[in-house]
Amino acid sequence: MYPFIFTKVNDSAGAISAVGTNPHAKFISGGTNILDLMKMNIEKPELLIDINNLDFKKIDVQSNGNILIGALVRNSDLAYNATISKHYPLLSQALLAGASAQLRNMATTAGNLLQRTRCYYFYDTVMPCNKREPGTGCSALTGYNRMHAILGISDKCIATHPSDMCVALAALDTIIHVQNASGKRTIPFADFHLLPGDTPHIDNVLQPGDLITHVEIAALPFANNSTYVKVRDRASYEFALTSAAVALDVSGGTIKAARIALGGVGTKPWRATAAEQFVAGKPANEETYEAAAGLALKDAKGYQYNAFKIELAKRSIISALQNTGG
Amino acid sequence: MDIIGQPIDRKDGKLKVTGTATYAAEFPLKNIAYGVAVVSTISKGHIENIDTSKAKALKGVLDIMTYKNAMQLHQFSSEGPGSGKFAEKDLLPLQSERIFYNGQYIAIVIAKNFETAKHAASLVKVTYNDEKPVFDINQPEAKIYQPAQALNGASPKTERGDATGALSSSAFSIQETYNTPVYHHNPMEPHATAAEWNGDELTVYDATQSVYGNRAAIAGMLGIAKEKVRVISPFIGGGFGSKGFMWGNSILAPMAAKFVGRPVRIVLDRSEQMFTLAGRRSFTIQKISLGADANGKFNSIRHDTTSETSFVDEFVETAGVATKILYDTPHLDIIQNIVRLNKGTPCPTRAPGEAPGTYALEVALDELAYKLNIDPLQLRLTNYAEKNPDDGHEWSAKYLRECYEKGAASIGWASRNQKPGNTKQGKYLIGYGMATATYPANRSKATVGLKLYQDGHAVAACGTQDIGTGTYTVMAQVLADSLGLPIDKVDIKLGDTIYPQGPNSGGSQTMATTGPAVRAAALTVKSKVIKMAIADKKSPFYGQAEEGVMVDNGKLFLKSDPSKSETYTQVLTRNKQPMIETEITTNVSTREPQKTESNPTAKDGNDKEAGSDNKQAGAKKIGASKDETKGNPFVKEDEGHDRKNMSFHSFGAHFVKVLVHPLTGTVKVEKIVSVMDVGKILNDKTAKSQIMGGAIFGIGMALMEGTVYGPTNGRIVTKDLSDYLVPVHADMPIFDVQFIDKADTNISPIGARGAGEIGITGVTAAIANAVYHATGKRIRNLPITPDKLI
Ligand SMILES: Cc1cc2nc3c(=O)[nH]c(=O)nc-3n(C[C@H](O)[C@H](O)[C@H](O)COP(=O)(O)OP(=O)(O)OC[C@H]3O[C@@H](n4cnc5c(N)ncnc54)[C@H](O)[C@@H]3O)c2cc1C
Ligand code: SF4
Repeated sequence: MYPFIFTKVNDSAGAISAVGTNPHAKFISGGTNILDLMKMNIEKPELLIDINNLDFKKIDVQSNGNILIGALVRNSDLAYNATISKHYPLLSQALLAGASAQLRNMATTAGNLLQRTRCYYFYDTVMPCNKREPGTGCSALTGYNRMHAILGISDKCIATHPSDMCVALAALDTIIHVQNASGKRTIPFADFHLLPGDTPHIDNVLQPGDLITHVEIAALPFANNSTYVKVRDRASYEFALTSAAVALDVSGGTIKAARIALGGVGTKPWRATAAEQFVAGKPANEETYEAAAGLALKDAKGYQYNAFKIELAKRSIISALQNTGG
Repeated sequence: MDIIGQPIDRKDGKLKVTGTATYAAEFPLKNIAYGVAVVSTISKGHIENIDTSKAKALKGVLDIMTYKNAMQLHQFSSEGPGSGKFAEKDLLPLQSERIFYNGQYIAIVIAKNFETAKHAASLVKVTYNDEKPVFDINQPEAKIYQPAQALNGASPKTERGDATGALSSSAFSIQETYNTPVYHHNPMEPHATAAEWNGDELTVYDATQSVYGNRAAIAGMLGIAKEKVRVISPFIGGGFGSKGFMWGNSILAPMAAKFVGRPVRIVLDRSEQMFTLAGRRSFTIQKISLGADANGKFNSIRHDTTSETSFVDEFVETAGVATKILYDTPHLDIIQNIVRLNKGTPCPTRAPGEAPGTYALEVALDELAYKLNIDPLQLRLTNYAEKNPDDGHEWSAKYLRECYEKGAASIGWASRNQKPGNTKQGKYLIGYGMATATYPANRSKATVGLKLYQDGHAVAACGTQDIGTGTYTVMAQVLADSLGLPIDKVDIKLGDTIYPQGPNSGGSQTMATTGPAVRAAALTVKSKVIKMAIADKKSPFYGQAEEGVMVDNGKLFLKSDPSKSETYTQVLTRNKQPMIETEITTNVSTREPQKTESNPTAKDGNDKEAGSDNKQAGAKKIGASKDETKGNPFVKEDEGHDRKNMSFHSFGAHFVKVLVHPLTGTVKVEKIVSVMDVGKILNDKTAKSQIMGGAIFGIGMALMEGTVYGPTNGRIVTKDLSDYLVPVHADMPIFDVQFIDKADTNISPIGARGAGEIGITGVTAAIANAVYHATGKRIRNLPITPDKLI
């Protein structure tokens, strides 16, 4: 770990003035990712700003039915929130499928959005990695890539976005609220994370000095019929091989509308829009599910050790559709 | 109340859960400095240059030890794990610029605090002259050969009859290859050593399964007398074999402490260093052939294993070892080969050989049973070994049939539908599987010192270790029972070379070895007090026969008239004895040392002279004033037993039920019934914990564990506990551990055999067999992950 200056701020104004536009400053909230990265010399902030005293700890239902979640709401608190678990079971289940109880008690909503990939080589500073050190090459392409992405990949990087929470958020209409020295703005969730392309070192659209204050979920009545299916190598405390978040609006055996998003397979949280459109108006049956799953993985490309994910992801989608559509 | 067998809580439980048990890295030493290792990042070659200037310039850095300035070490030749074994005999740390594997020691940065040392370590810049490494058995440069000897000096080849000929003439046969990956031990406590010199005397606080072994190896490598070195290891946070051989940390800390002139502590990093500097279990490739008649009676068994070792030592994962003794077959062929790779050296891991070996063998049996369409349990009974098929000896005791019966009844084996892939519970496929467990019943030599004090409490001491298994507690039970004291009046001292020499904690032998010595010492002291009383006119026992006097709860009483009694305290006080002490050695080997040509003097690990190795400079010893082994009737009663034509093994059976998601291939182990015949149970709770712990290892092997080496350079990819998966609470099934609990009076008067390793044997196969039963899919490459089942 490189030496750094640590400071604790008490409100968003303090946070924004402390960070300025310093590219070598970082916020710390739950610390479950940034501290590991610092200990391994992957992140080397010169200034670490503790924002845990900030007031973004509430979950509020807005008058329009949207839900405003404070950036510092812990993953456990969000998962067990009565509104979330009743109206957005996919989000609640996704959160509870992530990490371990101890980590969820620390991890925050904003920190979870910004967690970095778990690619083995990203964590091994001896090995080339374009995401960690632009231009050095991607060790995963010819290396052990069992956990890696099959959608949204580039020849510069095939790392997954590892979050479970984000898969549920991708299935919903989510907006990120950001504040910095020049004011406040909102970013639609779909635009927030970036594909690796030629710049895999840039995970998202935030700029130096940006503070996430809230995450807003639009009202979606049929989200109460939703599920999160996660397939992994052990029952807890492990990232997804593949996962699927599904919400279905079904009546009389016909699907009226659907939300489908995938985890463990994309370089960013992956919304399967084509599959959603396909199932709308179709009968809720195996045939529909299988066709939708096929469509969702149509562009997938497997590598030496992760080709199985194409089939496994399809099965995860089918399983999630069965859970919600009967 | 009979204390033997009681499920009493661990004596050290409170210390551990309150964080006050002191582990190797936690001893507060004055003026301590912190050593952090720098390790190689190539797999083969030479160091061209080490630039330590940036690191050294950091405030707080004391010095940096490399091959250029480190003290010269001496070769230490091992006579077995109990007498010390440095894990890599041809790679004494920091002695040359040669690199044999990725993650090898190349420097120790020593600083005033840990954070500085760690940061400085990252600033050491090393350049190398690379050579092409051989890190994968499939590389053309990888040479497979037959080692001169396998583990413990055993032969790498066992032949009985003509297995190949018999196979081709068998009515039914199967021939399959099974692969197990590399496993890492991942003990909760990382390897750690703190060393402090006082003149020419050295104290080492070490995380080790063998204080005496490490003392010998440290002294030998430093070239100083053993008596000058004291090794202290009161608590060990798990070893599983990784702390059995000695690793670099144990010698580098003393070297570094000398180098900077103050105590130095070295703790391995959980990430990477615990994966490259502390051993592992080799992968295995096992080819198994079984030949049988239509009823399943074996005609031929072949078990051919290839495992890996390093270029700096030879360790052999003898997977065929249990196959020799488990089933009756006229024709048998066991072959062991190894390959040298540019990786660190493997070492024993919980049931070395037996754990991967019983996986392959017991899955092969399952395959044959399905092929013959007979019950897999029946196949085992048909080939039941009434005697040890390897040497024809009688078993010291064997209740495997009872294990099968109890286990089958508990899981409901008879009522399952034998057809694979055919039974559902809700949306899940369900499957049942079973397998046999076995592990040798080892016993060797131990010396125990004992003091019974006037106030009625007793302390026994032995330089063996409690590696987290409950040795403190179980020894206290043996002592309390034999001496007739309540459990809270006895104390056990372990893990220090100021105590008389005990066994290394390996081969599941600690309790079976130390227990009888504790018993003999306790009976000796008891007898001394009774003799004192019957010679004492003021005692109610004056003039009575010794056999007529019993002791319970600290009170002597007359068997024929229990109203006549007095306490230990009363006898000792009246006779003005502050204490009664003794020191006793019991020396029984249940393992026939295997002599091979290259190893004509194979030893079983502990040297043979009675009470030999106790002299510790500058330290007070407990109960070592006088060795009273010679002519001791209690020792004679134990050692006089003829064991020559007997074979000592434990047996058991696992029965498993699994649920498999038919779409996603996720496996959930729902229940494991483990019925074990490990002789007399001394503490039902600690024994069950051992079997359960072994079964959890088996879940890991079956479903998730395995170290991955990068396909391009042999660097470990899964080098921390986030990427190397061990089972977590959510993976836990219902455990039903049962014991036969019949004393094996042939092993010792206590009748207990070890329970530490047998739990892991067989269970992996039982799970794999259950997965087959659930799905109809036979996975022969562990682990059985969802991708292999879809
Ligand atoms: C062993 C392990 C297993 C795990 N398993 C899973 C899993 O299965 N599924 C899963 O989804 N996750 C998993 N996680 C990841 C975990 O969810 C994340 O570490 C956690 O969500 C990060 O949140 P945090 O609050 O601790 O973030 P921190 O570590 O505090 O911060 C992360 C990043 O976010 C930035 N940041 C934090 N708050 C703000 C803000 N308000 N504005 C701007 N920037 C901010 C920080 O500067 C930093 O760059 C696992 C983690 C570990 C260590
Ligand atoms: S996949 Fe991405 S993160 Fe992983 S090594 Fe390649 S560039 Fe780095």
